[in-house]
Amino acid sequence: MLNSRIVLTGIGLAAPNADNLPEFRNKLVNGISEIQEIDLRYFGNAAAGICTFPETLYRKKKENKKGTRAGCLGVYCANQALKDAKLDILAYDASRIGVYIGLTEHGTVETENEVFNISKYQYDVNYWTHHHNPRTVLNNPAGEITMNLGITGPHYVIGAACAAGNASLIQAVQMLKLDEVDMALAGGISESVGSFGIFASFKAQGALAEASDPRKASRPFDRDRNGIVISEGGCIYVLEHLERAIARGAHIYGEIVGYAMNSDARDFVLPYGKRQAECMRLALQRAHLQPDQVDLINTHATGTKQGDIEECKAIVEVFGHCPSTYVNNTKSIIGHAMGAAGVLELAGNLPSFIDGVVHPTINIENLDPDCSLKNLVVNEAVQTQSIDILLNNSFGMVGINSTVIVKKYKD
Amino acid sequence: MTNEDIKNLILEIIKDIDDEADFESHDPDKALREQLELDSMDFLDIVMELRKRHKLQIPEEDYPHLATLNSCVRYLQPLLKDA
Repeated sequence: MLNSRIVLTGIGLAAPNADNLPEFRNKLVNGISEIQEIDLRYFGNAAAGICTFPETLYRKKKENKKGTRAGCLGVYCANQALKDAKLDILAYDASRIGVYIGLTEHGTVETENEVFNISKYQYDVNYWTHHHNPRTVLNNPAGEITMNLGITGPHYVIGAACAAGNASLIQAVQMLKLDEVDMALAGGISESVGSFGIFASFKAQGALAEASDPRKASRPFDRDRNGIVISEGGCIYVLEHLERAIARGAHIYGEIVGYAMNSDARDFVLPYGKRQAECMRLALQRAHLQPDQVDLINTHATGTKQGDIEECKAIVEVFGHCPSTYVNNTKSIIGHAMGAAGVLELAGNLPSFIDGVVHPTINIENLDPDCSLKNLVVNEAVQTQSIDILLNNSFGMVGINSTVIVKKYKD
Repeated sequence: MTNEDIKNLILEIIKDIDDEADFESHDPDKALREQLELDSMDFLDIVMELRKRHKLQIPEEDYPHLATLNSCVRYLQPLLKDA
């Protein structure tokens, strides 16, 4: 079982510009951003990515009100993933399905809302809601998914800052290989746009993007980038053993052939290229791949001054000699979906296995010389001969790095 | 508040909890929870709303009085008569 091959067979997503993969892919390839300006309590206006999706398709409005925005996103994405996988959940023993959800943070939105609520009652805590604890326990969104789908296997959340989406995929692969579960729903979710505190904190760090046109606020690798655009979002995958997927005639998006996570052990917020390079190398080693076999790198770059440069240094260190490894960045189009970032970005790039197209990194008006990566796909999509190996980076605060490598499945 | 006002208040609160709640065949002498698919958290929402709207602090031992629409009216009438 440890040598079992694990494949992705279903994808459900809610992004700031789409609520399904075909639409999402189309907008990424055409560089269509729908980042907008929102008005936050106490904070005021900020560029942000907001998801529009049919929130009551799989759950009643009453349940959405009782739960969290993260739970709402999770229930939608999980159901969509199963639908996309053409998988009746009853095909698996409900007690052998695992739900692993990556989150950057959770409970911030709910706590801010409650403090605001009791402010209307002179801060009398008798008016504090009984919903607070079930909404803010860290397993909340994963648990809401199991309640909705009747899954009785393990569910929990992986807290891994902005590496969380990748981390949840890694967890699912490991649990499948350990024979702890037969099928997994794994991915990441972010409801961070509901928190003024997250915006205010990034602003205090000098890391919140500002632009007169919100669609141009997220500009990784551009000389004039000025920070992060915070987005909400969700993306959940169905992961199965290859044999089981083949047996049921599933469409296979790709096989997870390598992964790695490590820690900078250095700084609360500043990223560290050296450790990122080590993370990518370890993932390659586990995948038994050489750097020049990677066809596309989806960068984590968020549009901060130092973060983008550190990742570029790491990529040059590992892939500098590779003639045909393309590089792109999805955040330039959808902003930074935090816990959902890694998995949403991976989903947006997986169709490259079929069409060979690499979606562009938009909003680069003046490429920063320190970010001038070879084969960086700038502003316009590129048609390649083929994309067979995709490397997906996601890094996060307090020095957490993750890399997932996905290979095109061939019979 | 009249009995009718209290009845409407409770129905309005339930409507806020679940705007799809079906009151068509509702029996005011049967338990709200079973008829309207309310769980314990929904029930606490009713208690909280009464606190927010009318500053009522309903002690836990009195919760059974809120079981049906008619029992709500009987229990709340003396508390809300001047509201």
